Amino acid sequence: MREIAYEEIVKNVRDIIVYSASNLPEDALQAMKDAYENEKSPVSKEVLKQLLENADIASSEARPLCQDTGLAVFFVKIGADVKVVGGLLKDAINEGTEKGYVEGYLRASTCEPFSRANLKDTVGYNLPAIIHLYIVEGDKIAIEYAAKGGGSENVSRARVFPPAAGKAGVIEYVKECISDAGPNPCPPLTVGVGIGGTFEKAVISSKHALFRNIGSVNEDPEMAEMEVEIKEVLNKLGIGTMGMGGTETVLAVHIESNPCHIASLPVSVNVQCHSSRHTHITI
Amino acid sequence: MSKTYHLTTPLSDEDVSMLNSGDIVYLNGTIYTARDAAHKRLVDLLDAGKELPFDVKGAVIYFVGPTPPKPGDPIGSAGPTTSYRMDSYSPRLIAEGLKGMIGKGKRNKDVTDACQKHKAVYFGATGGAGALLGKQIKSAEVIAYEELGPEAVRKLEVVDFPVTVINDTYGEDLYKIGRSQYEVK
Repeated sequence: MREIAYEEIVKNVRDIIVYSASNLPEDALQAMKDAYENEKSPVSKEVLKQLLENADIASSEARPLCQDTGLAVFFVKIGADVKVVGGLLKDAINEGTEKGYVEGYLRASTCEPFSRANLKDTVGYNLPAIIHLYIVEGDKIAIEYAAKGGGSENVSRARVFPPAAGKAGVIEYVKECISDAGPNPCPPLTVGVGIGGTFEKAVISSKHALFRNIGSVNEDPEMAEMEVEIKEVLNKLGIGTMGMGGTETVLAVHIESNPCHIASLPVSVNVQCHSSRHTHITI
Repeated sequence: MSKTYHLTTPLSDEDVSMLNSGDIVYLNGTIYTARDAAHKRLVDLLDAGKELPFDVKGAVIYFVGPTPPKPGDPIGSAGPTTSYRMDSYSPRLIAEGLKGMIGKGKRNKDVTDACQKHKAVYFGATGGAGALLGKQIKSAEVIAYEELGPEAVRKLEVVDFPVTVINDTYGEDLYKIGRSQYEVK
């Protein structure tokens, strides 16, 4: 049994939150540079240039890339041979989240659903974090983190289709989602598609798909092919950067597929803006 | 063809009437911030026949909830939020003399109709360029609803704040124009 101190988890979580807020990860930055090279619309190209300049300023002056510093979302895999000492893993992640948001001068965007009251006075600053926890083999803790903004979350959707809808139905559904969203989710986008499982499994898969590095190839050849096909369909929509019109609406489509019930074909589309602040660490 | 203008607030009918969708504008002077929660309160004040916390005539409202400033800075990162959430409130403020709104994303017909009827424009700022846009804000002061935190109403002084005209006073929409040029049916 390997012991990992509660405080070590707090510190690691705090650090990745502060760093991610002002440093676009290499994969996202490269994808934006590629979009700038490939974009045919002069207006969208100009906006992409502004966004690359923004990434430079954010990184060199340690300012948040975007004022929407998101809700903190974690996918955590804890090895069965790990014992967290000094407290609970969930509490450590929440404490690290609060420290990161306070010490990094990040915006607390969490509020009660109906009163819209900010929770910072009652339960903490930008808490609770959204934590998906899995137990795996080994003696390490792997933490995937993303700051998830509201604009792109607001256009995300899920639906359970009858099996007859098939691949064509899924592609049409994703297309409809991105077309309706237009400029609102801050394109160019990463589109996470969760297919199969149960209703909630599809949704969580679509979220997790956004954590994958942009530019990586799906391990499942059938899904890899479908990702390319959907990306082509979406880039024909002409939405462009920030909806100004253009050829580069989508940076990547990421699919996670699961076996599902014989009666169902669940599909979820989770949208990520161009400011794809995601990272991972292993403790 | 897109033109570039430098304008200082408050804006007049003449200022906004010369703008067309796609024009680039560098704004200078005072602008006010408000998001959903503040908009609701502003419209409630108008309904109750009370005075607004700032003079809305000729004013520009920026839909933004900035990050907290670091010590020594006037404001943190400050890019636009998605504007449709303000659609149910904006026409009322436009009727009272609001001349400009800065945000990102689509507006509904009530808003664009009000822009045509009362001469007002909807500007887009680049979403996700919060670090860059925050640097064009030279001072920030909370003037109402401090308890709303990032959603409080702030009075900002901006210098060459870069925006693009999305909806003009003639019913044009840059999002529709831009997309139609690149959509492959």
